[in-house]
Amino acid sequence: MQVYLFDHTLDGLLTAVFDSFFRHQQSVQLLTEGEQLPLFADEPHLVVSDSEKASRVWKGLEKHLSTDGLRMITISWLSEERTLNQPLFNFICKVFRQQAPTSNYLSLERNASDPDVLAVRNSCRRVLHEQLRMKQFIRFQKAKDGTYLAVVSPDHNVLPLITGHFRDRFNDQPWLIFDAKRHYGFYYDGKTVTDVTFEDEASLPFDLRDGKLDADVLSENDQLFQDLWRTYFKAICIRERINPKKQLSDMPRRYWKYMTEKNGGEDRKKEP
Amino acid sequence: MLTEATMEKLRILAESAKYDVSCSSSGTVRKGKAGMVGSTVGGIGICHSFADDGRCISLLKVMLTNYCKYDCAYCINRRTNDIPRATLSVSELVEITMEFYRRNYIEGLFLSSGVVRNPDYTMERLTAIVRDLRTVHRFNGYIHLKTIPGSSQELLMEAGRYADRMSINIEIPKEESLKALAPEKDHRSIFLPMGQIQQGVLENKEDRQKYRHAPRFVPAGQSTQMIVGATQESDRDILMMSNAMYQQPTMRRVYYSGYVSVNTYDARLPVLKQPPLVRENRLYQADWLMRFYHFRVDEIVDEAHTHLDLDVDPKLGWALRHPEAFPVDINRDDYERILRVPGIGVKSAMLIVNSRRFNRITSYHLKKMGVVMKKAKYFITCGELTSAFSQPVVGINELRPERLRPLLLSKAQQKRAAAEQQLMLDFETDASLPV
Repeated sequence: MQVYLFDHTLDGLLTAVFDSFFRHQQSVQLLTEGEQLPLFADEPHLVVSDSEKASRVWKGLEKHLSTDGLRMITISWLSEERTLNQPLFNFICKVFRQQAPTSNYLSLERNASDPDVLAVRNSCRRVLHEQLRMKQFIRFQKAKDGTYLAVVSPDHNVLPLITGHFRDRFNDQPWLIFDAKRHYGFYYDGKTVTDVTFEDEASLPFDLRDGKLDADVLSENDQLFQDLWRTYFKAICIRERINPKKQLSDMPRRYWKYMTEKNGGEDRKKEP
Repeated sequence: MLTEATMEKLRILAESAKYDVSCSSSGTVRKGKAGMVGSTVGGIGICHSFADDGRCISLLKVMLTNYCKYDCAYCINRRTNDIPRATLSVSELVEITMEFYRRNYIEGLFLSSGVVRNPDYTMERLTAIVRDLRTVHRFNGYIHLKTIPGSSQELLMEAGRYADRMSINIEIPKEESLKALAPEKDHRSIFLPMGQIQQGVLENKEDRQKYRHAPRFVPAGQSTQMIVGATQESDRDILMMSNAMYQQPTMRRVYYSGYVSVNTYDARLPVLKQPPLVRENRLYQADWLMRFYHFRVDEIVDEAHTHLDLDVDPKLGWALRHPEAFPVDINRDDYERILRVPGIGVKSAMLIVNSRRFNRITSYHLKKMGVVMKKAKYFITCGELTSAFSQPVVGINELRPERLRPLLLSKAQQKRAAAEQQLMLDFETDASLPV
């Protein structure tokens, strides 16, 4: 068992695959730099991310996998889960060890009985599930200058997957979706989407904890529409059928803090 | 300009509309267009929120007005009910819809209305609103429009050009029960517009094959709803009706609404403490079996079983009635047969048939793929002698359905069944016992 250390980037992981074939090392334990080394390990091999090598591996993958399989790799990578590294590495190695499939039916990502494939698949599924939840639960507030703002903090890095949806849907309104957990966001100015980061997050006109715009930049009747929405949300519920379990399973509590109908309107206090 | 009064109106009209259960925003894919707001995503649609009763909020479900000239016994908005009444103005409704949509609160509009003056007048007002939304306010999101029974064909044809989905509720599957509860309605007034919309959709389909840019007509098809538990209809009557509906090419969904006792004073209706939630759930399960699991309606319910079993789901119920169909060989049998195994759904069945091209599938794999082995293990064979999940392998044919059934019930259900079976020893009245 040889230990490889990599820098937790997709390029790094692909380079690690390249190295393992180049060095003829079949069984590799892949760790990120700084992780605890296993007992009695040999001197770890430090993988130096190399976009040249990574793109060679990716080209090889394109020959050996269907487009679904490639999509599965890129999407599962967005999960940012530490536990994904090893299965994803094994999966890519397995792809190269078997013959190039003659049809899409035999593309390795379809083999759910393989534990590595299944782990990557499940990661991918979790990411796709959360991107759907972002499409569901993102709530915009309108600022005075006409920009619509939403703050989120998803478990996985799903923003790149949903910007297309929001650009398509709200193509005539400028919007900003900001990821409070990863400290970056996407801004659409009416034409193109660009990713943005802020140097001084404390001076932003919105609160990163509950996503609320400050009262002085909130457009004038936005509060009214928020209240209308809360009223509607309460009115649509059938009291004879109250079912908190179902509600929580479909709309977990961790998303509530940024949602207009759940983060309250009356008790809003402006902090100094 | 909206005010506090609008909020009160919205509250009243949402409360009036909430007993309509249809919620989906699926069935049509429409990309955003330059100069228009919105898009529809197709697939399973997007649910934007979940109310405290666990039902999804996808569309702004609201009535234009809850004044109604009809007196249907099951309806909260019946003429004789003393409830607050309100009417939203066109500009109010349009503004709320657009602003909610721009804030990503909703996927579109679900517009319904009580019948005022006559059906045509009401339908005309509904049509005017959706026309306004589409042409003046350039709204490109989802619109679900309720059809008013008895409105003219010309109005339906116009409304259908703007709406994505149109629906008209059957409510009661048997006409005599419907007549008893809703004297102003009959089945003709429901099925006639349904047929007209269907005809419109089919004609439109033909047109679009000839002319690519012909405007689409009700692209997401129709849906309908039936009330469960307000009348004496059996599950068989309800499912036969849904089956007949699904035979129509444009009917996409039938919804089942457990009757909530809204009008307790009416002697024609049962007084229920709780809406029949379990029964409603079983009906949805049966509906899913018909739509995704290739079940025929007469396999789910027949003359001998007019009601669905409340203790076990309909798929398990079918499996227990048909031990001859099992065991299913996971590694050999075709997709259709694997789909019939209780505990295996559409997703895991697909995973199984995809994965078994690579290697043999064992029960360990099944567990990892997400199959509910607790149920499935009695109905399958993976070519193993023993496995971690059943040692030794004992299937439905060895156990027999009557002995297997109690094993598959939940703890609470088992207790209830045991209490019913327990023979009561009545010492006081029994004189034959030797003293």
